[in-house]
Amino acid sequence: MRYTISALVENKPGVLARVASLFRRRGFNIDSLTVGRTEKDEISRMTIVVDGDERVVEQVTKQLNKLIDVIKVSDITDNAVERELCLIKVHAPPEKRSEIVELANIFRARIVDVARDSFIIEVTGDEDKIEAFIDLMRQYGIKELARSGKVAMVRGAKKG
Amino acid sequence: MRAANALVKALEEEGVEVIFGIPGGAILEVYDALYDSSIAHITMRHEQAAVHAADGYARATGKVGVAMTTSGPGATNTVTGIATAYMDSSSIVVLTGQVPRPMIGNDAFQEADITGVTMPITKHNYLVTDPKKLLRIVKEAFYIASTGRPGPVLVDLPKDVTVADIEYNYPKKVELLGYKPNYDGHPKQIEKAAELIMKSERPIILAGGGVKISNASQELLELAETISAFVVTTLLGKGAIPETHPLCLGMIGMHGSKYANYAVQESDLVIAVGCRFSDRTTGKVSAFAPNAKIIHIDIDPAEIGKNVRVDVPIVGDAKRVLTKLKQHIQYKQRKQWEDRVNELRRKYPLKYKNEGFKPQYVVEKICEIFPDAIVTTEVGQNQMWAAQYYKAKYPRQFITSGGLGTMGFGFPAAIGAQIAFPNKTVIDIAGDGSFLMNIQELATCVYYSIPVRVFILNNGFLGMVRQWQQLFYRKRYSATCIGCKDVSFEKIARGFGAVGYTVEKPSEVEDVLKEVKDVDDPVVVDFRVDYQANVYPFVPPGAALNEVIDEEG
Repeated sequence: MRYTISALVENKPGVLARVASLFRRRGFNIDSLTVGRTEKDEISRMTIVVDGDERVVEQVTKQLNKLIDVIKVSDITDNAVERELCLIKVHAPPEKRSEIVELANIFRARIVDVARDSFIIEVTGDEDKIEAFIDLMRQYGIKELARSGKVAMVRGAKKG
Repeated sequence: MRAANALVKALEEEGVEVIFGIPGGAILEVYDALYDSSIAHITMRHEQAAVHAADGYARATGKVGVAMTTSGPGATNTVTGIATAYMDSSSIVVLTGQVPRPMIGNDAFQEADITGVTMPITKHNYLVTDPKKLLRIVKEAFYIASTGRPGPVLVDLPKDVTVADIEYNYPKKVELLGYKPNYDGHPKQIEKAAELIMKSERPIILAGGGVKISNASQELLELAETISAFVVTTLLGKGAIPETHPLCLGMIGMHGSKYANYAVQESDLVIAVGCRFSDRTTGKVSAFAPNAKIIHIDIDPAEIGKNVRVDVPIVGDAKRVLTKLKQHIQYKQRKQWEDRVNELRRKYPLKYKNEGFKPQYVVEKICEIFPDAIVTTEVGQNQMWAAQYYKAKYPRQFITSGGLGTMGFGFPAAIGAQIAFPNKTVIDIAGDGSFLMNIQELATCVYYSIPVRVFILNNGFLGMVRQWQQLFYRKRYSATCIGCKDVSFEKIARGFGAVGYTVEKPSEVEDVLKEVKDVDDPVVVDFRVDYQANVYPFVPPGAALNEVIDEEG
């Protein structure tokens, strides 16, 4: 199963290396990892998606907590708003363009670049939505694809 | 003030009495500042040994040990020492020189990315990029190394940082957002543990190195006596309670005594304190103490549930938790259990065939003639015989590389312990292979008159490996003979200016040991023991603690 872990870390050089090194040496598999500043400049949030069973996730959480630069770690798998951003460069010959635009609209995706025979489309949402959209675009020919990895936040009043 | 001077002043404020190290280009400023300091410096002959010496000092005293080296090879040579300290939770601070900041990343002369290299083997490390942050980093380094679950912290000091001019204001307190060790166990969990203890008929206490680190020996002993529980230890837990105490069964695990291992397997409750259930301790995990509930007290939450299933986890400092636990338990006699364990003790004693010249006999004699010495060991057969036949009487008496199993650790660690306790006898029980891995430190011992006693159980082999080849590889002794029977350690010792002896017969052992007792110089005694002696009992890797190989086979 895949788990989403949110970690607040000090915004210092080397923190990402420490986290990555920890995952490598303990043999945990990272599915995706994002990092960015929070409302406080000196603190960053990492959202890490790991593949494994409950034991693995418990160890990941505990080992992350042991890192001095890691302030707080939460397993937010079932209780969070999760979003991902994806850029898709899709083959778009004139005769297919309106079709692609229509599909993009349904997914509330945006066309952010138009070239002679291709679009770059930006789509955000949870994983399922993005997977579905990518799947639809495949028939036109995906030339390039970039995904941000997941960012997540706990719902409601509770901080995570 | 020059940052190097500020650093040395900060070390003085931290109570540092001695630094083990080797100077070099990138760390020269700090050595220059050290020239005017009250802090002593022992110049070792290899940086690895400097870190082991700081580690030995830390383990013998409970204080933070400090090692210092230059950049590049000086720094990379510390790696084995740091990893050793990390695996055994020893509190050391390692200061390394680094090339000046503008040159970092340019592959400058003697540049090595030591913070990158040591990331997985330090509790934390720092590259000081801003001279203004130097003092706060030093404060944090000592705090992190010595609190919670202790461990090594490395501080990398670019040369231009050490010449910078800074204001001296050493912080009084540390505020780390992401580091708040939990010392007090959860009261509910402690009550649950007490309930299990009172219900138990056959309790065993498993004491690890954490008991010594937290100075909880007295509390542990009281617990054992109150609930009539026998105490077994891990290798690092040796001495947590006196091994001469009737409730102490000594070490369990791969080379634990049969009666200690059997007692664990028959117990209905294991109270583990300050240990991490390593594979050498538990044997086959799924068959470890199969009928027992497990209470696990440890300061590191990540150790709980990592290797064995735990019924009552308690995260906290051993001393505090045991003190609280005491309030919830009453005296209970467990006559049947006592009788049963004492029967096991009678039936399966620790023994060896005393024919020829047996290394076990040498260790027994060392224990008899030096009962209160601080004993360090190397790694391998010598270490296991020392663990089996040297009875530790107090907590910081027995010092050994448990987790990493570092050959070459014992001798420099003994130097560190001897510096800490100049009036005590300090002994390194060594093998010929291990001693050769840091033999250059004889020069250090002679130069500073550090009277460490090295007792080599010389069998001419990498003995533990040879033993495995004999038992598991059809006696194909690939690459394990190192021919030390042809090496004269006596002459080598004399060449360095130390005292050397060769002992060929068991009848000479006692006399020589007595003779070297009062020698003020460093001593090396080469005991030319039977090379075929093996360590028994032996729980083969992957077997349960009750599946033991004996000397008889």
